[in-house]
Amino acid sequence: MTPSRITPLKVSAFTATSAVGVGKAALANALENSRSGLRANDFGATPLPTWIGRVEGLEDLQLPDSLAAWDCRNNRLAWLGMQADGFMEAVAAARAKYGPERIALILGTSTSSIGETEAAYTALVDGAFAPAQHRPKVHTPHSLSMFVQAALGLEGPAETISTACSSSAKVFASAERLIRLGLVDAAVVGGVDTLCGSVLFGFNSLELVSPEPCRPFDAARNGISLGEAAGFALVERGRGPLELLGYGEASDAHHMSTPHPEGLGAERALDDALARAGLAPEAIDYINMHGTASTKNDEVEGALVARRFPATTHASSTKGFTGHTLGAAGIVEAVISLLAIETGLRPGTVNSTTIDAECGPQIRLQPDHGEVRHALSNSFGFGGNNCSLIFGKGAAA
Amino acid sequence: MTTTAPTLFIEGPAFWAPSLPGWEAAAAVFRGEAAPADPPAKRPSPQMLAPAERRRAPDTVALALEVAAAAVAASGRNAADLPCVFASSHGDLGINDYMCSTLAADPLLLSPIKFHNSVHNAAVGYWTIGTGCMAASNSLTAYESSFAAGLLEAAAQCAADQRAVLLAGFDMPAVGALASVTTSRDLLAVALVLSPVRTARSVASFDWSLVAGSQRAALRTEAARQLQVNAMADALPLFEALARREDETLAMPLSGTLSLQLQLKPSKLD
Repeated sequence: MTPSRITPLKVSAFTATSAVGVGKAALANALENSRSGLRANDFGATPLPTWIGRVEGLEDLQLPDSLAAWDCRNNRLAWLGMQADGFMEAVAAARAKYGPERIALILGTSTSSIGETEAAYTALVDGAFAPAQHRPKVHTPHSLSMFVQAALGLEGPAETISTACSSSAKVFASAERLIRLGLVDAAVVGGVDTLCGSVLFGFNSLELVSPEPCRPFDAARNGISLGEAAGFALVERGRGPLELLGYGEASDAHHMSTPHPEGLGAERALDDALARAGLAPEAIDYINMHGTASTKNDEVEGALVARRFPATTHASSTKGFTGHTLGAAGIVEAVISLLAIETGLRPGTVNSTTIDAECGPQIRLQPDHGEVRHALSNSFGFGGNNCSLIFGKGAAA
Repeated sequence: MTTTAPTLFIEGPAFWAPSLPGWEAAAAVFRGEAAPADPPAKRPSPQMLAPAERRRAPDTVALALEVAAAAVAASGRNAADLPCVFASSHGDLGINDYMCSTLAADPLLLSPIKFHNSVHNAAVGYWTIGTGCMAASNSLTAYESSFAAGLLEAAAQCAADQRAVLLAGFDMPAVGALASVTTSRDLLAVALVLSPVRTARSVASFDWSLVAGSQRAALRTEAARQLQVNAMADALPLFEALARREDETLAMPLSGTLSLQLQLKPSKLD
């Protein structure tokens, strides 16, 4: 069943904070100069031999007193991220315009504040959490959205989407539906995920972690580099210079941790996104690929882009800049796609040197500049959960 | 802007708790026609999984697949065609306890299967794999308003795309040290199919809107009150109302200040 075309929505503010720095300028600078934010793993008491995308300064960051009860690494990163690029001011203006109950909050995360729960388990008292950790709203996955809702003074519907690595791409789809139905006038969407033992040792147990900086689409790629990030966008009804044009969500129905061999779920997400945007593949000027540097993902996604897009399409993976930020990857890469439309900067694929022969000519190692009318961003997660987003250049404001 | 979300229809209500193992049993108890199961039922064993996987399946997966399969069967629809929204306040608390205990003791011993089962969308992942469903699938939480948030997400998807959507909600007891802070107890799972049009399988219609306030509807039966210890308990007033088959206005809190309000009208019995 092909979805109908949707009315575009205005993306009126957006920001991302990752290993390459706080806010859009640091991100654009890293992309322009092909500067990776990865470093040798120094996270936790017994670091695995891998590379990570770690955000500086979270250990020393203090939440304001009124929000201190929410303290944990993930909520600290959310707080750091929402300070950047005037995002909180943009939300305050939307709150004044529409009313706080008319703005939805939809955030994606894969592990939320589980890092704090892990820490609590290292300091149990008689088999129970120590008194300072008696914070039930922190030790649960909705912690992120409850914290951000309090921090931004929002009172509309709030949900946390947790579909692994597609989480913070799907937030745009849920927001569009609520706005289209008139249930809200605007939505704050985004995602935050932080480094923690669960993901570092978990991906290591699946033998998916590279001992080197990840090399997406490289013939000699050997696994992912994990990262952490926060990103947010404000989406409103109406037209603007930057717009959400389409999205597609689909399932692989194949395997919990391995993509469908022919990428059928990913292709279905792509087709639905193109249908909602009313565009053909030829109209896409930049593709931000999921491109994790795992053997299987890149093989399947590379083949999909090779068979569906013209050779002139510029495609890249930015996982080598930020690491794979899991539940935050969707929003970080949405921000990169919006930056591409805004500035014409089409990023390269950092760390990689020899593109796998199975990939098409679309995948580029070097950044370039040119008009980006439409950008596509892919996010695929465990459980075979796929989401594609299409952003476009709207009328000048 | 005035909100007039289109009327939607409920098919195939499904319910599972050890004391109320199945919708027929639960509805009879909610109508005061029967007593809860004694002794309580054992954890469900999802038939769509291979026998070895059935035993290994985490509790949340077993619960979710049980009610999702029952809802789809009662709706007479094909599971492969239905987009699905799965809601769980905490995800699999047993696996969370395993992950955190193992990381504290010896992180290199972490099991890869437990790790991929630890994602919040494990249940919906197994569902789509087991049914061959390639439609959109979602997994979400809104703490103790997770059923209401899931219903809002599913209703929005059903109304916006004009196609039927499967909704499931489930939570389990906290395990190990986590039980000292996370209060969820017992097993509870619910499911239903939302349709944009009335069908022969529709059991009720509802109009819906967002309203101020966060007053939780009082539960009518002792059997439902016994299940309030579970984090999916915000689903209970709707399932009590579906069992009673009376016109009803139900406010389901989404947060401390906002509720999803349903005006529920049961379909006429044949």
